[in-house]
Amino acid sequence: MSIDWKAYKTNGFFDELIDAQGNIRSHGHNLAQFFASLSEEELVKARAVADLAIKEMGITFTVYNEGNMIDRAWPFDIIPRTIGKKEWQNVEIGLKQRVKALNLFIDDLYHDQKIIKEGIFPKGLLEKSVNFRKQCIGINPPNKIWAHICGSDLVRDGKGTMYVLEDNLRVPSGVSYMLENRSVMKRVFPELFEQTAILPVDDYPSQLFDMLSAMSPRKDDKPEVVVLTPGVFNSAYFEHCYLAQEMGCELVEGRDLVVEKDDCVYMRTIKGLQRVDVIYRRIDDLYLDPEAFLPESQLGVAGLMRAWSKGNVALVNAPGAGVADDKVVYAYVPEIIKYYLGEAPKIENVPTFKCLDPKECDHVIKNIDKLVVKPANESGGYGLLIGPKSTKKQQQETIAQIKADPRNWVAQPTLDLSTVPTFDGRLVEGRHADLRPFILSSGDDTQITTGGLTRVAMIKDSLVVNSSQGGGSKDTWIVDEEGK
Amino acid sequence: MLSRVGETLYWVARYVERAENVARLINVNNMLMMDLPKGVCAGWEPLIDIIGARIAYQENHNDYSEQKALRYLLVGSDNSSSILNSIISARESARTIRDVMPRDVWEEINSLYYYVKDNQKEGLTKRGRFSYLKQIIESAHLIFGMLDATINHDDGFTFIRFGSLIERADMTSRILDIRSETLITAEEAKPYENIQWISLLRSLSAYQMYRQEMGVRVQRADVLEFVMQSEVFPRAILFCLMELQAQISVLPNSNSLISLIEKSIKKLKTEDVRHLKNGLLHNYIDNIQIELANIHNELAQTYFLKQPQ
Repeated sequence: MSIDWKAYKTNGFFDELIDAQGNIRSHGHNLAQFFASLSEEELVKARAVADLAIKEMGITFTVYNEGNMIDRAWPFDIIPRTIGKKEWQNVEIGLKQRVKALNLFIDDLYHDQKIIKEGIFPKGLLEKSVNFRKQCIGINPPNKIWAHICGSDLVRDGKGTMYVLEDNLRVPSGVSYMLENRSVMKRVFPELFEQTAILPVDDYPSQLFDMLSAMSPRKDDKPEVVVLTPGVFNSAYFEHCYLAQEMGCELVEGRDLVVEKDDCVYMRTIKGLQRVDVIYRRIDDLYLDPEAFLPESQLGVAGLMRAWSKGNVALVNAPGAGVADDKVVYAYVPEIIKYYLGEAPKIENVPTFKCLDPKECDHVIKNIDKLVVKPANESGGYGLLIGPKSTKKQQQETIAQIKADPRNWVAQPTLDLSTVPTFDGRLVEGRHADLRPFILSSGDDTQITTGGLTRVAMIKDSLVVNSSQGGGSKDTWIVDEEGK
Repeated sequence: MLSRVGETLYWVARYVERAENVARLINVNNMLMMDLPKGVCAGWEPLIDIIGARIAYQENHNDYSEQKALRYLLVGSDNSSSILNSIISARESARTIRDVMPRDVWEEINSLYYYVKDNQKEGLTKRGRFSYLKQIIESAHLIFGMLDATINHDDGFTFIRFGSLIERADMTSRILDIRSETLITAEEAKPYENIQWISLLRSLSAYQMYRQEMGVRVQRADVLEFVMQSEVFPRAILFCLMELQAQISVLPNSNSLISLIEKSIKKLKTEDVRHLKNGLLHNYIDNIQIELANIHNELAQTYFLKQPQ
C-alpha cells in the first residue's frame, strides 16, 4: 500500500510535514505528493538503493566497543525533511546573532572578563569550567574569532517554536553527512529535484576553505591549510577525510607535523619539511599539544600552542573555545547576547534549570522524573537522564551525582520534539528529530549551511537522535515556495 | 605530498596487485590440474611456496588438500597474503588517505572488499571459482585503470606505480622460481613439461604475448628469457625495473635509488638467463629478490615517515 497522508497520525506532536488539521504544509507539498505516488514496493526498493549507495560510497561512522568492527554504515531515511525558505532566513539571522555574541564572550573571558566584573556571569562558574584553558589567556586570534565553526542543535516544541538546544563549539561534527545525504538523495530520487526548488547545500566545503584561508598568518602567500585528525579510529574519521578531500587540502595526523625552533609548524613531506599556515584541528584541546596539555598525548604536536600563541599558525577552532560550549554556560546565552549586543535573542534557549542555583537544584531533584537532566560537558548523549523514561534507580544515581557536583548539571523540561514522517521499511510514521546547522565565522563574514543535518530517532517514540545511540539522519530541504 | 601518504599509496598498490596476482595464480593452477593426471600434478603445494608461506601454513594445516589450501589462499585469516587479507589491508590503508584517493577508486576498493568477503563460498566451490576469481582480477584492473586515468600523475602516482611494479616483479620471480623447480625435478612429468611451461606463462598472463614475441614453440630457454628479460611484456622483471627507472625521475632526492635501479637493470640485461641451470637459476632469482628488497628499503628510507625515536 502506498502512503496515505490522510491516515498519517501526528499524535499531538508538531509534525514537520503535516499540520494539526492533517493538511500538508506548503513547503512539503511536492514532496508529499511524490511519495504518495510511490507504491510500497517502490519505497522498499528506494530504501535498498539508498542503503547500497551508502555502503558503496563508504559513508560510515565509527562506534566504540564493537571489537574489530570499527565502521558502520550510516543509517539514513529516504523521506527528506522540509523547511520553508522564509522561516529559514529568520533562523539564520538568529544563529548569526548567537555566534557573534559567543565569540565576543570567549574573547572577553580570555582578556578583561568584563562580563564577570559586571556581575552578569558568575565568577565561580568560570573557575570550575573544565573547558576554560588558562594557556589561552591574553592570546589574540585573528579577528578575535575563537569559534570559527559552530554546530548549534535546533529543536521544536509541541507548538512548533524553534529553540536552540545546545551549541557545539569544540569540534562539531556531522556536516559531511549533511552533504552525503544530499548526494544519496540525488542518486535515489533524481526526478524529485526537478519538481521542487530545493536550495543546494554543496557550497559548504568551499566556504569552509575560504574561511580557513582567511585565518592564515601569512597574508601574501597561498596558505597551506591542513585538517588534523586523531586518525582512523576516531568516530568522525570519515568526515575528516571527506572535508580534506572536498577542500583539496592535506589530511594530517599529529605525527605528520613538527614545530621547529622558529616556532613555526611544518609537515613532513617527501620533499622535506613544508610550512603549515592553518590547521583545522579535529582533535580535542587536551590532546593538541603534549607540551601544553596532557603530556601523554600521542595524537598531538609538541609545541603547537607555542606556535599558535606567537601567531605563526592559525588553529580552528581556537583552543579554549569550548568554554562557551558547556551546558551550564548555555543557560546564560540569553544574558550573553543581551550584554554584548544589546539585543534580545532571536532564537530562544530551551528553558534551563541550573543546579548551581540551590533553588533550581531543589526543583530539579524534586521533579527529576519529569525533566531531562544533562551533565555539563558530555556530548553524544552520554550521561543523559530522560526523567519520564528512567527507572527509580537511575534517578537516584543521577541525584547523587548532582549533589556531588551541582555545577556540572542542568535540567530542561522534556520537550515534545517535533516529528518527521519516516519510513521504517514497512510503514511511514512520525519520528522525533532535531536539526544541526553549521555556522562559519571569519570575522569578516558569517556563513550558514542551507538547512543542516537532520538527525532522527529511528526508534519509535525515542527522543535520542545521536548516531552513537541508534539515531539516523535525513536529507534536509530548504524549499523556496516561490520557486518553480 | 606527506611522507605518510606516499607510503600508504605505495602499500595500497602493492596489496591490490598482490590480490590480483594470487587470484590469477589460483585460477591457472585450477586449470592446470584439470589437464594433468593425478600423480604428475604437484597440486596446491607450490602455491603455498610461491607466496612464501610454507612454514606458517604447516602450523595450522596437515596436508595440501584443495579445500584447505584454497581456503588458506583465498580467505585464510591466518595468511597475510590471502586475497581477502590483501584487500582488507588495501582498504584499511586507502581509508586513511581517502582525501587523496579519487572517490571512484575508493568506492571500487570498498566494493571489491565486500565482494571478496560476501562471495567467498563461491570461490571455494569448483564451479563458482572461475567467475569469483575473474571478478577479483577485473576489479583490480579497474582500480589501476581508474588510478591511471583519474589521479594526478605526480609524486603520489609514482608511489602507486612503485608499489605495483615492485610487487609484480617480485611475484614474477617467485612464480618462476617455484614453478621451474617443481617442474624439472619431477621426472615422470616429462611428457607434460610443455603444458607446465604454458601454465607458468598463463599464470603471468603471458601466454599470448609470448607467442607474439618469441614464436610458436614453448620451451624453457625462451620462457626464461621472455619472463625475465622482455622489455615489452609488462610482467617481465626487466620491464618492471625499466618502468621504475622511467618513473623515478619525478621524485626529489632520488640519486641513490636511481643508481640501485640502474645497477639491477644492467645486471639483468647482461645475464645469459636462457642457459641458467636449475640450481643456478634459483640462486640468480634469489639475488633478484634481494635487489628488489633493497630498492624497497631505499625507497622507504628516503621518503617514508620515520618512526619517532
